[in-house]
Formats: sequence, C-alpha cells, structure tokens
Amino acid sequence: MAFNYDKYLRLEKMPTLWCWGCGDGVILKAFVRAVEKMGLNQDDVCVVSGIGCSGRFSSYVDFNTVHTTHGRTVAFATGIKLMHPDKHVICVAGDGDALAIGGNHTIHGARRNIDITLIIINNFIYGLTNSQTSPTTPQGMWTVTQKAGNIDPTFDACALGIAAGASFVGRESMLDPKKLEKILIKAMEHRGFSFLDILSNCHINLGRKNKMVSAMENLSWIDSITTPKKKYDTLTEAEQLNIFPTGILKQDTEVREYCDMYKDIQDVQQKKRAIITQDDFAKKI
Amino acid sequence: MSDLREVVSSGNHLAALAGADAGCKFMGGYPITPSSEVIEQMSDLLPARGGVTIQMEDEIAAVAAAIGAGMAGHRTMTATSGPGISLKAENLGLAQMTEVPLVVVNVMRGGPSTGLPTRVSQGDVRQAKNPSHGDYRSITLCAGNLAECYTETVRAFNLADRFMQPVFVLLDETIGHMHGKAIIPTEEAVQAGIVPRKQFDGAPEDYHPYECEPDQPAVLNKMFTGYRYHFTGLHHDKNGFPTEEIETCRKLIQRLEDKVMLHTDELESNEEFMLDDMTGAEGEVLIIAYGSVSLSAKEAIRHLRAAGIKAGLFRPITLWPSPADSIKKYTDMIKNVLCVELNIRQYTEEVERVSSRLDIEGLYKVNGRPISPYEIVNKVKEVF
Repeated sequence: MAFNYDKYLRLEKMPTLWCWGCGDGVILKAFVRAVEKMGLNQDDVCVVSGIGCSGRFSSYVDFNTVHTTHGRTVAFATGIKLMHPDKHVICVAGDGDALAIGGNHTIHGARRNIDITLIIINNFIYGLTNSQTSPTTPQGMWTVTQKAGNIDPTFDACALGIAAGASFVGRESMLDPKKLEKILIKAMEHRGFSFLDILSNCHINLGRKNKMVSAMENLSWIDSITTPKKKYDTLTEAEQLNIFPTGILKQDTEVREYCDMYKDIQDVQQKKRAIITQDDFAKKI
Repeated sequence: MSDLREVVSSGNHLAALAGADAGCKFMGGYPITPSSEVIEQMSDLLPARGGVTIQMEDEIAAVAAAIGAGMAGHRTMTATSGPGISLKAENLGLAQMTEVPLVVVNVMRGGPSTGLPTRVSQGDVRQAKNPSHGDYRSITLCAGNLAECYTETVRAFNLADRFMQPVFVLLDETIGHMHGKAIIPTEEAVQAGIVPRKQFDGAPEDYHPYECEPDQPAVLNKMFTGYRYHFTGLHHDKNGFPTEEIETCRKLIQRLEDKVMLHTDELESNEEFMLDDMTGAEGEVLIIAYGSVSLSAKEAIRHLRAAGIKAGLFRPITLWPSPADSIKKYTDMIKNVLCVELNIRQYTEEVERVSSRLDIEGLYKVNGRPISPYEIVNKVKEVF
C-alpha cells in the first residue's frame, strides 16, 4: 500500500508554494516517512525553519512549528531544546539561511553539540528572491547579482559542520528519496548536533541562469557532482575536486550532548555534585 | 510576617534576582558593559532553581534563544545594553508579531554606536519605543532607584504575560552599578502576585491562538502539550498560518496597537514628588525626569524649596506608552516646566506632544557624566 502522508500534513495548506518540479517536496515527504518509521508522536516534535523557500517547510507539516527570522533557526531551537531536552527539535534552513546570514549560529550549535537536527536544503542559490548568489553557488556560475560570473569561493557545508564539531554530519541529495529517508532517521536518532547537507534543485532560478532550465537537467547536474563516500574515498585528489561525497561523513557517539552537560551545571548549582573541572574532559585544550 | 525584606545589592543583581523570583526559567545573554552582571548572576540563580542560563554566540542568538524558550511556554529574559538592542531588534519584532512574552533588561550606556561603554546615558529611550520596523506598541519601564530594579523587573514579567509581548526594563549605568541597601518584596510575596499567561484548555480542534477580542493578546498554549499551531513573523491567521487576506492582515496589526493602547491604565505608573501642594501659582516649577536623573532632581528640589522656589518632580516609571493624561494635567497647571535627561530631548519631545506646548525647557547631558543636583538648581534659576 502506498504511504499515506495525510496524518502529518496540513492538507488545507496544500498545494505548497514551491515551484513545479522543486526538490523541497521530496525532502518533506522523506522527512514525514522518517518520522513515521521512528514512531514519533507529533506532539513531541518541533520543526523550526528560517526564511526562504525552505522557510515554508514548517507550515506544511503538522507538528509544533516555528517560522523564524532569516538564519536564526538554530538559535531559536537552542532555547526550545534546552527547556525540553526530551523532545525532538528539527531545524530546516536554506543554504543562505544556514551558511550566510546564520553561519554563526550553525557553527556554535554544532560546537555545543546540542541535540538538534539541522536539515540544510541546499539548492545552491537564493531561489525565493529570484537567483542571487548563495555561499554554495559554484564559482563561475551566473546569478542576478553576479551577471559577469560568480567569483566567490564555493562553500563546502559538511566541511564546516565537521570542523565546527557536529557529532553527526551527512549529505544526500533529493535524487534518492530512500537514502534520504535513511539518513534522516539516523540523524534524528543520533543524540547530538546532526548536520545534514541535502542537495536540491532549483531549475527555476539556478537553472534559468545556468542552462539547466528543466528539473531533469538540474538533477542530472546534481547527480554529476555527487558520489557515495565509499567511492569518493577511492578517487584521486584531482577527481575529488569537483565531487561532493554523500552518506554519513562523520558520526561520533562518544562526545557528550549539550543538554546532558547542562544538567551537570544544574547539579553543581543545586549542590548535588562538585564543581566541574578540566578533569571532567578528555580533551584539555 | 512581613512581605518585605532588606537586601544589600546592586541594580543589575537585583534585576537578576527579580527574574529568578518571578519564575523566569530561561535567560539567553551575551556579555556587554554595563549589563554583564545580570547574566553573571543569572548563570548561578537559574540552574540552582532548575532553569537555564546560556551565554550565546552573539546578541542576536541570545534573544532568539530566549524567544524560543518563550514560544515553548516559559518565562524568559535577556539583558543587554544599547548596541545589543540594535542587534536584537529584528527578533524583538518577531516576538511582537508572534506575541511571545519576554523581558528585556537594557542597562543604558553612551551611544550612538560603541559610544561610552562604561558611562551613564539615557540614550536608548527613543530606541525602546521602536527598536524594530513596523507597527506595534512597546511597553517600557524605567527603574529610578535600587528597589525598583527589582520591583519593575517583576512587574515586567507579569505585564509580558498579560500583554503577550516583549517588555523593556530600562536601567541606566548609574542605577545598574549602584550598590546599597534596598527594601524589596519577599520571594513569596512576588510569587503570590504572579498571574501566569492565559492557556486554552478546550479541545485542540477548537483552539485558535490568534483568534481573540480586537483589544486582547493572543492565547499561546505551551508547546508539546497537544495543541499544535504555527508561529510566523509573516502576517498570519487565527491559527498562526501565513495569510495575505486583506481584512485579516488589517485586524492583526490593529490588534497589536489596541491591545496596548486601549489598556494604558493597566500600564501607567508614576511618582509624584512634592507636587501635592502645587496650585498653578506664578513661579512654581515642574521638573520631569526619570531613571537615575530623578535622584538628582529630588535633591535639587529640596535645595530649590529651601531657597524659596516651589518645585516638584513628575517621574514616569512606565515610559512607553507615556502617561499622557497625567503629564498634561501638570503641564496645563504649571507654567515653568523643565525636562532633565541624559540624552538630547528624547522624552522632552513626548512631553511636548502630549502637552501641546513648545515652551518646555530642557537640561540635557550627553558626555557620559551624571547630572548633579546643582546643575538642575542653576538651570531652574537661569531659565525661570
């Protein structure tokens, strides 16, 4: 029997305002399937989104939902999560949201390793506002703010997530919804900051400026720049240059989660334990 | 048993204690002079009481985290100074639009920009009225002595839950760093006075958080309790979902205005010092001042009266919305009016507006130093 999404959707908000052929709907459906498979209660889930096409994600799914300001999803989610460590808090942000205007919050959410799942819907462009350059727009592509060609170096989102200290970092594209669903489950099950770079298409606004005017052309390009991590690791450095590895790129289950660590602070202040010292941490500097 | 207690503390510490006693469970902060003692104190007080204080990566994240905790249903606060408010402004607008209660303590220092970080000012009074873009009404309280750092912060938490929006508590550097004895309510007395935010307890399908009387705030149920709705900074409908429907948009913004402006009687708070013997006779002097300046003004009034000049002080404690009728009552009666501020005419312009008078005298100082009683005495003698 086909999967019934109705329980998790706000059907009266359909159709979405996303363009025909947009990958965001594929990601939304994979997310819903992941939540169903995990058996989560809708009342125990909070979805926080930012500004852009991805910002509308939160209004379409029937959970506790928050549509915040541009780039600030992780900061709002931090307040919610710290007050409710046992609930599932999921951030949905765009590439501009999470990596440009909200880059600082992405870094520090990852560094704290707070148990939030950050889904970056990365379509390489500011789509909602009509094709302006994003941090992930490849160098040499064309946008309406760089009509002569984009000279800004391309951001590797997952490299940032790993460097900032996220304990779970992964990448998939919307080309393979099954893999997407699996990585979403693994990310949400992981206790700690889960950083997901989900590649999606925007043939309307990335494509129209870059000779990929149909969804299929845009998807073929995404296919051409991604390869599973296992295969990626066998490539030469020169071959790796223009490829993004997909799958789980990092998972560390040893590092402590932030809400769990904050409990230590409460215990110290409530005189239930001695003050925290450097001896409490394996890594001293 | 007395409902009062005597403490020796500072303004910033009392603001923090007030938050903890009033049931604040979350503080998002970022260090900034001269407000840092508030988060320093809260980082002990809240976890000791089962709450959370977190130093975020910047001022923007600090207020965002606090609003997030507020959306989840908890009493929440942030503390900063003028440059921090400038950074928080966008998210304060989101809290106004989504009607999330929040207390914002602003310990004012010299501005604009980095200004005079360690020195006193009242330069953020105009900013407090409209920190963010769009139409809404700010509620701003201003402490004029040590005890009020506590009592006004407690009042701010109760007003935030009553009006479902951010409430500013303005301290200035002098008040924030003032240290001494204060007589304040006991924690039990504060807790007895708490009116928690309204909650809807009917069936979830009957719950419409933003469907309310045209002069009343939204009823936002706690998150994770079975009432699933939506927060958005976009214009929204009765369930919080984005809409551009003309009448819904108009009603929403009009309600943000009316929920405050039709209930100013619940907000107004003033001190009238040596005004009860004023008759409107020739030579009487009305001084209007607030915050730490009012302490100098009171001292000046004692000197002026000793010298035979009948002077009195009107001190607004709720600065915004301004106590328009009360100000007008005195400016209609008394000819000689002097506003004293640690800024240039920021509240004088409001006094001019509500009094319909353009002959209000002013004494202003913007060099980071306090105004002494003698400067006020000399100014009165010079201009009247």
